This record gives sequence, structure tokens and C-alpha cells, in this order.
Amino acid sequence: MAPVVGAVTGVATRLRVRGLLILAVLAIWGLGWALLNGRDTLALGGAELTPLHSSLSEGMDAVDDSRNSNPFFLYFINYIRLFLDEAVTFVQALISQPSFGRPVPVLGWLGVTGLATAIALLYGNRKAALLTAAGLVSFGLLGLWQESMDTLALTLTAVVLSLAVGIPLGVWAGMSDRFHRLVTPVLDFMQTMPTFVYLAPLTLFFLIGPASATVATMIYAVPPAIRITAHGIRQVSPDTLEAGASLGATTAQSLRHVRLPMAKQTIIVGVNQTIMAALSMATIAALIDAPGLGKTVLKALQTLDVGTAFNAGLAIVIMAVVLDRVTSAASRRVEAERRAGRLLTPGRRRLQVAGVLGVTAVLGYLSYTYVWAAEFPAQANIGPVVRRAADAASVWVQDSLVGFTGAVKNLLTNGLLNPFESLLTGSPWWLVFAVAVAVALLVGNARAALATAAGLAVLVLLGLWQDSMVTLASTLVATILVMMLGVVVGVWMGRSDRADTVLRPVLDAGQTMPAFVYLVPILGLFGPTRFTAIIAAVVFAAPVAIKLVAEGIRRVSPTTVEAATSVGASTWQLISKVQLPMARSGMTLAASQGLIYVLSMVVVGGLVGAGALGYDVVAGFSQHQLRGKGLAAGLAIVVLGIVLDRVMRAATERADAAAHGGQPHK
Amino acid sequence: MTNSRSGKIRVLVLVAGMGLLLNACAGAKVGETAAPAAGGGSAKACGTLNLAINPWVGYEANAAVIGYVAEKNLGCKVVKKDLKEEVAWQGFSTGEVDAVVENWGHDDLKKKYIDDQKTAVSAGPTGNKGVIGWYVAPWMAEKYPDITDWNNLNKYASLFKTSESGGKGQLLDGDPSFVTNDEALVKNLKLDFKVVYAGSETALITAFRQSQKQQTPLIGYFYEPQWFLSELKLVKVNLPAYKDGCDADAAKVACDYPPYELDKIVSKKFADSGSPAYDLVKNFTWTNDDQNLVAKYITEDKMTAEEAAAKWVADNPDKVKAWLPKS
Repeated sequence: MAPVVGAVTGVATRLRVRGLLILAVLAIWGLGWALLNGRDTLALGGAELTPLHSSLSEGMDAVDDSRNSNPFFLYFINYIRLFLDEAVTFVQALISQPSFGRPVPVLGWLGVTGLATAIALLYGNRKAALLTAAGLVSFGLLGLWQESMDTLALTLTAVVLSLAVGIPLGVWAGMSDRFHRLVTPVLDFMQTMPTFVYLAPLTLFFLIGPASATVATMIYAVPPAIRITAHGIRQVSPDTLEAGASLGATTAQSLRHVRLPMAKQTIIVGVNQTIMAALSMATIAALIDAPGLGKTVLKALQTLDVGTAFNAGLAIVIMAVVLDRVTSAASRRVEAERRAGRLLTPGRRRLQVAGVLGVTAVLGYLSYTYVWAAEFPAQANIGPVVRRAADAASVWVQDSLVGFTGAVKNLLTNGLLNPFESLLTGSPWWLVFAVAVAVALLVGNARAALATAAGLAVLVLLGLWQDSMVTLASTLVATILVMMLGVVVGVWMGRSDRADTVLRPVLDAGQTMPAFVYLVPILGLFGPTRFTAIIAAVVFAAPVAIKLVAEGIRRVSPTTVEAATSVGASTWQLISKVQLPMARSGMTLAASQGLIYVLSMVVVGGLVGAGALGYDVVAGFSQHQLRGKGLAAGLAIVVLGIVLDRVMRAATERADAAAHGGQPHK
Repeated sequence: MTNSRSGKIRVLVLVAGMGLLLNACAGAKVGETAAPAAGGGSAKACGTLNLAINPWVGYEANAAVIGYVAEKNLGCKVVKKDLKEEVAWQGFSTGEVDAVVENWGHDDLKKKYIDDQKTAVSAGPTGNKGVIGWYVAPWMAEKYPDITDWNNLNKYASLFKTSESGGKGQLLDGDPSFVTNDEALVKNLKLDFKVVYAGSETALITAFRQSQKQQTPLIGYFYEPQWFLSELKLVKVNLPAYKDGCDADAAKVACDYPPYELDKIVSKKFADSGSPAYDLVKNFTWTNDDQNLVAKYITEDKMTAEEAAAKWVADNPDKVKAWLPKS
């Protein structure tokens, strides 16, 4: 007992010293800010450029100009473009666009619904199949069948290609540490670089059309496929591998017969995340003429038509939920089959497959032949009702809550955001630099401090120091709000199955509803302000944090909870002393994911008054002479993401080490 | 075993049922009634017209009418591509875009694509006059009549304070696609204001809407023609009048924005193609009222762009006739 107590107090003292040091650093910062306010802040006006920005612009111009002469474009890129265009157009011909000299696609609504339901039934379960059928019919009911099929065609093509690229690379990254180290920063870059930055250049390489949209989607959708596949391969226990090796299996054999089968379930999770990522690009890709629901949303936004935007957004949410549930069901099925052997005898399975495919073929034939099964009946259109209801709700919310929300906005902006921001932007850059490195060293480790120093130096070089600090302030405030929501709602959800059932669809909607849909109502409530941007980020990021916290709470072993209850712990004690501390790893994961999601909304924030880096990126997309600055701002966002991620990871490692060090007997 | 047999029967019944259904439902077959879409027998083959659609309603009105006439009167195949200006201009060089039918200035793009690359040429004005400036909601102009003179703006600066403007008055800017001298103007006119970037037209319009509804003070950058003005007639604030060359040095601007002659830009290839669609684009001109009317059909009356164009074209046959190539 004694050594345990000793270790605990030792940890406590060390923690206390560290806490005091951090406080001292912050005090010095406050003092420095008061004395040196406004000096060396490296401010840069909205249209001002640094020489670096101009040369970035010129570099991009040079690439433009070489497009027609460079063999790289003429032979390599052009063929990729042709292939992608053909692939998307082919899927569109099957399900969404008039094709092969017919006024309708090959498969009408009945055929597509039948086929999708059959897939859900054969690879998932009956519940998933029912949901699929209902979801697909609802596209027609919303009056958006063709748009939905266009989105589906583009998303599926991008997903299939992403998996074709991502899974092999993921397997490689799973087998080779060297490749894993090499590819991780590239993936970080792909996921945090704002799409707006590369959208315009993409249309130069791949021209305006499905190819550009597919590539834009793939850049965002490939990373999860690689990461999660690698994770799955790495997870396979060394004992199993050794057993294989001792039987004389070669690397290739062990990959095929041991690693891949064992990693199958994780890889399906990767497929799921890839689909979600691809679908989340539907709206942004519409900026370069990608067909589908995204276009409807953007068009509606031009006239501030919230109802129409919501209607299309709803279809996107439904599509996401259907795809998510089907892939999740497939993943569970794989797991169940692994545990219990086949669920059906081979004969019954064959019968099931034959029956389902037979019915599907009949439905497909009907939809190929008859108009009523090809085109969704226009009379069954509840779209206008949904539109009117959403419009009315949006107007009501804006009119009746604006007094209250205005007060909340002013309170949080003046009480939290403004002081924090002025501390970051008003202090000399070298002071903030020193403070940040010191904090990274104290909460993390030397490597985190080094990463911070390097990252902040890059921000200075990019000429966007002050804008970065403004964005950093909003990002941190949004992350704090996300975590507050994450802990409160996540604990509730983790403890109550009923809350889970009710909340989960809401969270799914928050995550997949394109932000453009709810921008108008929240702009009405909070005005074009940084706070509006924070709210948009919270809507998008909180669901992830909530889900991860709930997951962590649910993982706390029931025996521990029972033990605590039997000793007479109250609910509050149970939560604060047992469940939350034991769910710590889930919480840190929630915080880091929440932060990444918040950062990915920086550009959307720029559209609603956040200014700073988000605005720079948007302006770079819209103004020719600002494109270099937009690129620099995109890089700055990536740098912020990497620095915050490294510091947070180091802090987690330290906290874990401290916790384990404090309990040597575990 | 029994299970499996009943499963087999169930499947059989289902398939048989579907077969019955198949025979029973003799609906219209695909392609039975669809008449072959003839080209309308136009004199000269038009081919495809690739119209860029820039993201604002006024533009859409121009494109809708031009596209409609090209399709109905000239038998062209019109392909509309939703693109921001920057990307649309790039399309001239890659051959993906034939025409941009409402262009606001963009001297930098003109230099790059018309003067340097020579992939685009101007196709003359649209007849629409663009106005850019600072606007307030009507209730403000009523309550503070002298606010429309810039000399009085400092008197009212404290009204416009917000959480974003750091103690000064807020001047709200919108979509970064539009040219703005506002930061220089505030500085050079010595106004106690700070430019706040809303970042999108959506944000700007929502802000003006709430300003009128909630009677909250707001001054911001806006422009005409714009569909929103038919919903809410914003009042322009007079800055020192524009004189030729007063905006030559961007940092020293202290005058109002110049009036814009909105024009059309087409790709060089399209201009040289001899397509009748090029003549149509070149001849197309109309007034701000015309555009506002079509924009109103789209925004307030919720017509699709095609319906709006069809209605306007039916009501204005003479104007349309003047655009068509003489044959």
C-alpha cells in the first residue's frame, strides 16, 4: 500500500509543479500583453499580399500555362480524366441519366430500390434492407429522385475508386512501418487542407465535369480507407501471426489467410468512413458543376430558399444514414459469422441469394420496360410540404429567438472570445510563440514543443500570423464548446439506451446535413459574426465528440459500475469518480476528433463572418489575384491542425503515463 | 429440413407472384410515346452551347433567356455549367465554356485570358448597368434622413457597433468575388468604421433582412441589379462622387465605385466558330428592369429558370427578334 500512496503523491506533486509552471507562463503572457499590446502583431489587411503570396500566385499561373504543352498533362492526366469521366457517366447512365437512346436511365426507381434493398438484405440484415427500401423511396417522395441518383452515382464511383486505391495502400501501411510513417503526414495534409484551395486548380487538370468532382471527392475520401485498413492489419495479434509463421506461412500467405480475414471487420468500418467522407463532399463538389443534390442546395442558397435547401439536405442525410446502417450491418454480420460460423447453411444461403436476385431481376426488368416503374410518380411528391414546413420553421426561429440568441452571442463573444483573441493577436508574435512552445513542453513533451515551434515559424513565414491567431482563438473556443456538449450529452447517451435511440439520428443529421442548409437560419439568429462560425462548427463537430464519449462510457466494465453502486456511490459520484475517469481515452479521442472537425469548418466559417483564414481561402477561390494568399491560408490551416494534434497527442500520452505510473499494480 | 422447404416454397410463391404482377400491369412502356426530339429544322447547325452559370440570380436570368432562345429558336443543345467566375474563365482556355453572359469588371481576368492567353474575347455589353456602393435598410433612411450623405456617417458610427467591430462602427462586406475598396475608403475618408467580412452574399442578405425586420442598424456593401432589392428597397449612401481615374491607385481611393457596364465574354474558339449561338450572345442586350423581372419570376414566384425565361420570351417577342441572326 505504501509505495502506491507514495507514487500517487509523487505524481500529484509533479502535476502540481507542472500546473504552477503553466500558470506562471500564462501570467508572464498576460503581463507581456499588457505592456507590449499592439507591437509586432504582424497584421495584414484583407487585400494585402506578401511577396510569398504573389510568387505562389505566379507559380499557379505557370502551371496553368504549361497545361497544353507539358507531356505530363497531355498523356498522363488526360487519360485519368477520360477514365474518370467515362466511369461516372456510365454509372449515371445506369441509374440517373437518360441513356442509350432512351428517355430514362437503364434502371428506374423500382429497379434501383430493389437492387439496393437486395444488397442490404444479402450483406446486411432484414432491418437494414427495410431501411434501404424506405430511404430510396423517400428520395422519390421528396421529389428529388434524379438528383439523388446523380449524387449516388458520383459518390459510389468515388468510393469504389477510393477503396481500389486505399485498401492496397492501407495493407502496405499496415505491413510496413516505414511506409506508415511516410504516408501519415500526407493523409493529415489531405484531410485538413480545405477543398476550396484545390478546387479551382483541379478543373484545370481534369477539366470541368465529373472527373474533377470525383478527384476532389477522392482526395478527401481516400485517407480514411488507408488509415483504417492499416489499423485493422496492425491490430491482428502477434500471437496469431507467430502461429502462422511457425506453420511455415510466407508473408503473402499470412497476409491472405491470417491478416486480411482477421482485419475484415475493421476494413468494412473503413469502407463506412470512406462513404461518409465522400458524401460530405457532395455540396462542395457542386461548386465545380458536380451533378446532384449539392447543386440543388447551392442554387437554393442564392435566393436564401431555406425550404428547398433543407429538402435536398434531408435527402443527403437519408442517403448517409442508409449507407451507414447498411455498411454497419455488413460489418456486424462479418463479425457474427466469424464467431459463429456461417449464419445459414450453404444450401439455404444459396436459396436466399437466388430468391432475392430473382425478385430484383423482375423489378429491374419492370423498371427498364414500364414508365411507371422507371420514373417516380410525380403525384407522390411531398417535397413542397417539407419545403414549406422548413421555411416556416426557419422564419419562426429567426423571428422569435433572435433577442435571446443575440444576448448569448454578445455574452460569449465579449466574455470569452474577444479577450482570448486579443490576447493572441495583441501580443507580439514572439511572445505568443514563446508561450505556445513553453505550454507544449509543459503539457506534452519536447517533441510536441519542437513541432509547435516549427509550425508557428511556418505561420510567420506564410505571412498570415494574425489571421492564424484569430482563427486559432475561434477554433479553441469552438472545441471547448464541443467538449462541453460532448461530455454532458455523451454521458447521458452512454448511460441510457433510450437517450441513445432518440439522439443518434439527430447526431447523424448534424454530421451529414450540409452546413449550407442551416447557414441562413443561424445567420438570422447570430448575424454574420465569428460566433455564427463557431455555432456552425459546433453543429458539425459535437456529434462526433458525443458519440465517442458515449462509446467510452459504455465500455466501462459493468462489474466496476456495479461494485461502485454496491458501495453506495450516488449517480453523480458514479459519473464523476468512476465512469468519466475510466472513459478518459474515449474523451481524449473525442477532443482530438472534435478539434479536427472544427478545423474542417474554418472555411465555412469564412462564409458567415469568421474572417481570418477561412475568409482568405474563400477569397482566394473567388479573386484571381488573391489565389496565392488563399493557398497560403490553406497551408496555415493545415499547420494549425498538425500542431494542435501533436500537442494534444503528447498531452494524452503524458496523462496516460502518469495514470499508469500512479498505479503500478494496475 | 422443413424450414428450408418452406423457405423454398416462399421464394417460389414470391417469384410466381411477381410474374403475375408482370403480366397484369400493362402500363405505358418506356420510349413508346416519346417523339424523336427534332432539331426544329434550323437553317444552320448550331451544335452545343456551353453556358457558364455564375452563382447569382441576375446572371441566371440572363443565361436562362439566352439558353431558352438558343434552344427554341436556333435548335442548339444548351449545356449549363454551374461555376464560380474564376473557374468559368478558366473554362475558356480548356474549351469547356463558350460564354459568360454577365461579367462584372474583372480586369485581372480580362488581362489574363483576353490579352495574354488570347483564349477569350469580349462580346459587348448586356445593357445592364451595375451599381456598387454602401447601402442601408429603408427604415434607417427614414429615421435618419441625413445618413445617406457620407459626411454624416461618423455621427452615426456608434449605432453600427457590433461584437465584431472592436468599438467602431461596422461596415459589412459580402462575397469576396466582388471588387471592394472599402478598407481604403474607410481609411481615406477618415471614417470611424471597421470593415467586417461577412464572406458570402447569403450572409449579407440575411443581415439586411434582419436589419429591417428587427430594426437593428446596419450599413453594408451591396449592388444592383440584385433580386433582393425587389424584396427590400435598400437605400444607397452617397460617397464622394466618382470621377474618371479617382480609383486609379487602390490604396488612395476616396470616391464612390464607378458605374459598371456589365458585359459578356466568350471563348475565342466559340467566336470564330460561326455558330448562330454566337450571334445571339453577341446581340443580346436588355435593361435592368427586364433582368429584375425574370429574377423576380425565379425568386419570388419560384419558377424554374426555364419557366421564367419562357414567360419573358413569350411576353417580349420583339426584343427577342432583334437578337436573332438575320437570315
